[in-house]
Amino acid sequence: MDPIVSFQGVTKRYGYLSVLKELDLDVAPNEKVAIIGPSGSGKSTLLRVLMTLEQIQEGIIYVDGQPLTHMERNGALVPADERYQRSVRGKIGMVFQNFNLFPHMTALQNCMEAPMNVLGLSRQDAQARASELLEMVGLADKMQSRPNRLSGGQQQRVAIARALAMRPKVMLFDEVTSALDPELVGEVLNVIRKLGDEHNLTMLMVTHQMGFAREFADRVCFFYEGRIAEQGPPNEFFTDPKNERTRAFLSAVLEAH
Amino acid sequence: MLFDWSFALEILPILAQAAVITIEATLIGFVLALLLGLALALARMSRNPFISFPAAGFIEFIRSTPLLIQIFFLYFVFPKFGIVLPALVAGILALGLHYSTYCAEVYRAGLENVPRGQWEAATALNLAPMATFRDIILPQAIPPIIPALANYLVALFKETPLLSAIAVLELMQTAKIIGSDTFRYLEPITLVGLFFLVMSLVSAALIRQGEAWLRRRRS
Ligand SMILES: Nc1ncnc2c1ncn2[C@@H]1O[C@H](COP(=O)(O)OP(=O)(O)O)[C@@H](O)[C@H]1O
Ligand SMILES: [Mg+2]
Repeated sequence: MDPIVSFQGVTKRYGYLSVLKELDLDVAPNEKVAIIGPSGSGKSTLLRVLMTLEQIQEGIIYVDGQPLTHMERNGALVPADERYQRSVRGKIGMVFQNFNLFPHMTALQNCMEAPMNVLGLSRQDAQARASELLEMVGLADKMQSRPNRLSGGQQQRVAIARALAMRPKVMLFDEVTSALDPELVGEVLNVIRKLGDEHNLTMLMVTHQMGFAREFADRVCFFYEGRIAEQGPPNEFFTDPKNERTRAFLSAVLEAH
Repeated sequence: MLFDWSFALEILPILAQAAVITIEATLIGFVLALLLGLALALARMSRNPFISFPAAGFIEFIRSTPLLIQIFFLYFVFPKFGIVLPALVAGILALGLHYSTYCAEVYRAGLENVPRGQWEAATALNLAPMATFRDIILPQAIPPIIPALANYLVALFKETPLLSAIAVLELMQTAKIIGSDTFRYLEPITLVGLFFLVMSLVSAALIRQGEAWLRRRRS
């Protein structure tokens, strides 16, 4: 099957620092990919360039068969402009480590803003869609609450509902449980599990939850210094890592827990 | 020379009429400053240097020259370029222009205080730049800067007597005319001073109340 996301020779630099180095990565529709690796290895950057929050310097990214970073002009591919990117970006949704909810809006309004403004949904339709999603993440009773009245776990679940309200084909999760108190991690992971079952969604998730990655992902990618040093199905990956660095990383992580 | 209460009472209606002009100039001038200030702030923050540089230069230039000169410029020099403005219009324009540069810096601080994550969340939701600005950024940037903006409203108000220099019939000019007509300056000038004092004190109290209210609302 054609990949829904395809990185081809992607290089991302900050000044002289290469954060992604000629990266190739294909993700199949509906695939769940866990991305792990040491801090600073480029995991967030991978998601951020896919969300078009950062521009890449070399290579090209395709989403659902369409170039994301480039557009066609007179038969040639040129860097995409903002307007073109908006037309492709809608297929992708993202959930952030720090939630980034809109603090001046209720949970419901957070989930209605983009569907109304971007997709042109009527207020009723947007509200119906938003309440359904908030129910799905277990927040039926918190719809009228502002983010500062919600726990971290609840805020993150609103953020997931907000992203889903745009009906993306690909969801990006960047360490979405890292800012949470330990007892709140479970409720967020449960919502992600549920998404995996119910929705026809491709997911890329950066995580430090090795247990969850193992149980949930179809594939685990280990990042090291801007490259994928090793990848494979979780069972193989965790029981028999081939790469020296993977082994060192896994044993360091396991020791910490 | 003793304060003549009956004379003061006599000129009060005339001064009250002039006070209307003063308040009018203040309010229109300030609305102008608010709108122009936002535009200037955005231009100043633009990533395009052909927009941000001139904006920064304009802000610096206006802030570094006296308001009185700007008033004179609009009223006496503009006609040389074929732009003839009535004194009140020139005066209000100068007030608005002058204070827009101060408002612009306040807006900029407010806008820069909105966390980057808010912009990123808006991008991730594919919101257009206009909607992002209107629905996400401004509603977070404005409340914290309302007190600072209100202080400039009071400052602008207190500078309206400068319009007397181009003979706008606001409070100061009216008081001067009463003075030169009757050779009594004590009462008109005192009354005008009192008016500014009372208005400023009332505004300051209102601003404090507003600040407290905002703090409560945000916690
Ligand atoms: N805006 C930026 N400017 C400069 N360097 C950055 C920026 N963002 C990230 N980096 C650098 O890029 C590298 C990869 O960062 P990141 O993708 O966030 O790593 P990870 O998510 O794997 O911890 C790090 O060395 C980081 O310091
Ligand atoms: Mg990261």
